[in-house]
Amino acid sequence: MTTAVGFDLDLPWRKASSVALRPEPFGALVYHFGNRKLSFLKSTTLVAVVQALADHPSAAATLTACGVTEAQRPAYAKALADLARSQMIERRETP
Amino acid sequence: MTAVLPARPDRPVGGRLVDQFEYGLDAPICLTWELTYACNLACVHCLSSSGRRDPRELSTAEAEAVIDELQRMQVFYVNVGGGEPTVRPDFWHLLDYAIGHDVGVKFSTNGIKLDKARAAQLARTDYVDVQISLDGATAEVNDAVRGTGSFATATRALENLAEAGMKDFKVSVVVTRENAGQLDEFKALTDSYGAQLRITRFRPSGRGADVWDRLHPTQQQQRDLYAWLLANGESVLTGDSFFHLSALGEALPGLNLCGAGRVVCLIDPVGDVYACPFAIHEQFLAGNVRSPGGFQQVWQHSELFADLRNPQTGGACTKCAHFDACRGGCMAAKFFTGLPLDGPDPECVQGYGETALAGRDLQLATPRSHIDHSHTGPVRGQPTLLGIPSIPPAKICDESPLAGVELR
Repeated sequence: MTTAVGFDLDLPWRKASSVALRPEPFGALVYHFGNRKLSFLKSTTLVAVVQALADHPSAAATLTACGVTEAQRPAYAKALADLARSQMIERRETP
Repeated sequence: MTAVLPARPDRPVGGRLVDQFEYGLDAPICLTWELTYACNLACVHCLSSSGRRDPRELSTAEAEAVIDELQRMQVFYVNVGGGEPTVRPDFWHLLDYAIGHDVGVKFSTNGIKLDKARAAQLARTDYVDVQISLDGATAEVNDAVRGTGSFATATRALENLAEAGMKDFKVSVVVTRENAGQLDEFKALTDSYGAQLRITRFRPSGRGADVWDRLHPTQQQQRDLYAWLLANGESVLTGDSFFHLSALGEALPGLNLCGAGRVVCLIDPVGDVYACPFAIHEQFLAGNVRSPGGFQQVWQHSELFADLRNPQTGGACTKCAHFDACRGGCMAAKFFTGLPLDGPDPECVQGYGETALAGRDLQLATPRSHIDHSHTGPVRGQPTLLGIPSIPPAKICDESPLAGVELR
């Protein structure tokens, strides 16, 4: 499944290596040490998804593993697309 | 009998980030750290009343310990200032130490130490940002508030940074009545060095309280500034400091919220932790990094910060149609002009601030900070905004060894 902004849920992804997550009560702060961009993950489930991306063959599989329901998927796909655009998550070469 | 304290409301789940931020974070998003009260200048509007070094300032080892703690708390960058931070002999060491511990540094300087060699060093260093302070796009306007020669010092530093190939350095401007009409000139000047413009709000903090009536922008200038920000917003940084202008209509980009004690705070040169850089006053003092538990203990457990981490529910502003846009404005601006903290900002763009200022009980003195490190003697190039005549040299040769000498 490809979203409007070109983020492919069926590909393998991971948190970018120069990105740090800082847990917060509402979710997490995301900081990219390379481009110095700061972003926020607004739910603890999204934090779990970002952290688990590298352990699953695709972003879609990660959402399933983290218990994201069908109804919630479009919102999570958009959040991941935003993170990909700001280089907080990156494509993994091998599934 | 034990007094029953009003219960603090619980943090909501989900919702907007701005609502989450009102309940505070586990660590600041960005923290201002003033390394020294010493400064070569004597700007009339200095927010921290700087000038002389304080003998109790943190030692190199203590400053390193603070950096270690910020790394543990994952504070990803600090805004370093002063005083003039680069006059600390260990400034360059602490800069490297912070960067080496995943704490990025943005530092503000008047440029006094940024010669070609330092500019080249900075250009080679990743993860450092430099902001050169300039409060006039011309020497005339700048030097009236920052002191004679300070425009030349700042522009020399800008030249050195540009020549060294430094990327993304900033020109940092505090918007005043005198320079509010120069925004396009500031932009052009900044562009000419390949730098980025950062403009922030002038608050009545420190010595700024003494000149606020005379220097804070007029209502018309605020409306012009708002229009200028909407037109230039994406390419100009503001530190989200003009959120009080959002009550004019469309919200400005960034966080429209007072972050004091919630997402920002200040560590001053002696290690005292205040709710924000514009609130150096005992009423906003949360603790000291030298006390047991250090900075983390202060940030996470001080009573003051717990009190600030609540949404405002009472006061005149909460009944205003624009409250969701401006959130009542700046706490420090209200405090140092003697206005109630749950009422309008003194520069409220709906005009309620002027009414509140006019209604103040003039018998009551406005609160003043007892923390003052201003120079006590004359300072070279001292600004003359207040009409103080510059001090003539005591002897003619203090000016130049050849002054007055007839060479023929």
